[in-house]
Amino acid sequence: MPGIIGRKVGMTSIYSAEGKATPCTVIEAGPCVVTQVKTQDRDGYEAIQLGFGERKEKNTPNALKGHFKKANTTPKSTLAEFKGFDGLNLGDVVDATIFEEGEYVGVSGTSKGKGFQGVVKRHGFGGVGQSTHGQHNRLRAPGSIGACSYPARVFKGMRMAGQMGNKTVVVENLVVLKVLADKNLIVVKGSIPGAKGSTVTIEK
Amino acid sequence: MDILKQIENELVEVKNFPFFKSGYTVTVSYKIKEGNKERIQQYQGVVIQRRGSGVTETFTVRKMSGNIGVERIFPIASPFIEDIVINKRGFVRRARIFYFRERTGKSARIREKRSAASLAAQAAK
Repeated sequence: MPGIIGRKVGMTSIYSAEGKATPCTVIEAGPCVVTQVKTQDRDGYEAIQLGFGERKEKNTPNALKGHFKKANTTPKSTLAEFKGFDGLNLGDVVDATIFEEGEYVGVSGTSKGKGFQGVVKRHGFGGVGQSTHGQHNRLRAPGSIGACSYPARVFKGMRMAGQMGNKTVVVENLVVLKVLADKNLIVVKGSIPGAKGSTVTIEK
Repeated sequence: MDILKQIENELVEVKNFPFFKSGYTVTVSYKIKEGNKERIQQYQGVVIQRRGSGVTETFTVRKMSGNIGVERIFPIASPFIEDIVINKRGFVRRARIFYFRERTGKSARIREKRSAASLAAQAAK
């Protein structure tokens, strides 16, 4: 679906016509440049590639420099592919005006990293619940992870401790509350993954 | 952050209320919609905290309704707030006077600020 690359600005609240406070997220959506047009003949599918954010010339590999030169644009820091755009050519600019107020969008981004976490925080296990009666240091332990001689192994997907956060998260069906085309900002209802300043992709 | 502040100022209007902080006794005129009728309710009590900043700032007003303490949190940018009138400028040493909840009767009094100089200084802030 058509979409755009953006940057999370932060959260605030605005008031609806009835005076209800609505929590919302401000996203800097674009402007993005079309850096590549993929076609059925050449690539096997139809899509366009958008670039967003500036990157220093000296930090750009030569191969990418050539790629951006083809589109006649400066080096971009983030590239992403979107389907469903019609009639765009290399070097065209896509901005926040592709969105309308009241429309539903999905936002995907990298969630905040929480590091290596135990099962209580990561999967919502209850823990032991008793600090006395011989618990010693097993308060937040996961407990049994399976039976004994049958199946004699731990099942795949068993919820255990490990890295939490810092992975791609998609939030769908967020309402676009405002489109501020002159500043290239959109305001969506609710929260989106990631920290302030992190890069996100917004799709219709 | 700056962009966010700009947007907030553009999208939400905060009315110009007189300066007040925790310890002050205020009367909040709050619009209430019943069906299609609108009326204004007066809510008087002691401000026990102001939290947040910009358009997301809120303040808590505590009053005794009979024997029962009632606390109400108002967003400062709420379009339903018609007016805030200051009844008493109380002097407290805390920004958040949660100890006030445990006080009843004589101990629940708050000393009033008197000196004109301190009032002027507060107003200037």
